[in-house]
Amino acid sequence: MKRSNKPIFWSLFGAGGMLSALIGPMLVFLTVVAVPLGLVSKQTMDYSRALAFAQSATGKLVLLVVISLFLFHGMHRLYHTLHDFGVHIGPGAKALCHGLALLGTLVAAYLLFKLGWA
Amino acid sequence: MSAPQTYTRPIAGWWRRNPFYRAYIVREMTCIAVIAYALELLVGLARLVQGREAFEAWLASLARPWPIFLNCVALLLIAYHAWTWFEVMPKTLPFINLGGRRVPDRTIVASGAIAAVIASLVVLFAFLYL
Repeated sequence: MKRSNKPIFWSLFGAGGMLSALIGPMLVFLTVVAVPLGLVSKQTMDYSRALAFAQSATGKLVLLVVISLFLFHGMHRLYHTLHDFGVHIGPGAKALCHGLALLGTLVAAYLLFKLGWA
Repeated sequence: MSAPQTYTRPIAGWWRRNPFYRAYIVREMTCIAVIAYALELLVGLARLVQGREAFEAWLASLARPWPIFLNCVALLLIAYHAWTWFEVMPKTLPFINLGGRRVPDRTIVASGAIAAVIASLVVLFAFLYL
């Protein structure tokens, strides 16, 4: 019997959903609301600090996990929501949704690799 | 020979008919905010690779009115996602037994919300001081 690939994608969806529920609001608030509005010091996300973070092992792990799991969570949910709207697009679209999440993960990994280590 | 014509009940706009369905669709649509934020981070990372000038231009582009407005909407949607995520946790988790009794639903929801508050405070501390 052919094994279903559902558990893999559901786990990624679940992990991304849990991570974005735990820290998503705070991450969005700090990085793209508070810093641009000047509610916190600009130095918290200036070039040298962002670079140092992305060149550290912890920073690379955080960025890769957040980008990848958020994408897998969102794309999986988007696929099912399209179905709810009556768009029955089948296995090709499913592969596309998960494929785009995988592509985003690979791009993030490549960029983090290119930044090198401090 | 053509395929038989069967009646399919139209589903357009089904979710607008009932507040419960509307809330469900808003919950599912929070995925757009989650995807958009991940892509935003990915662009920031690419700008970081390109160097100081590109990264500073990216930061400046985030400080324009439209991006700030859209990111505030994204913040609300992701906060709604977080709340609904913990709200359905009693249904998405297997039954948990402690001392021979099933942990009540509201304890599971409250634990999730408390975990989110603690995790968010850790992120806030790391972002500001580490």
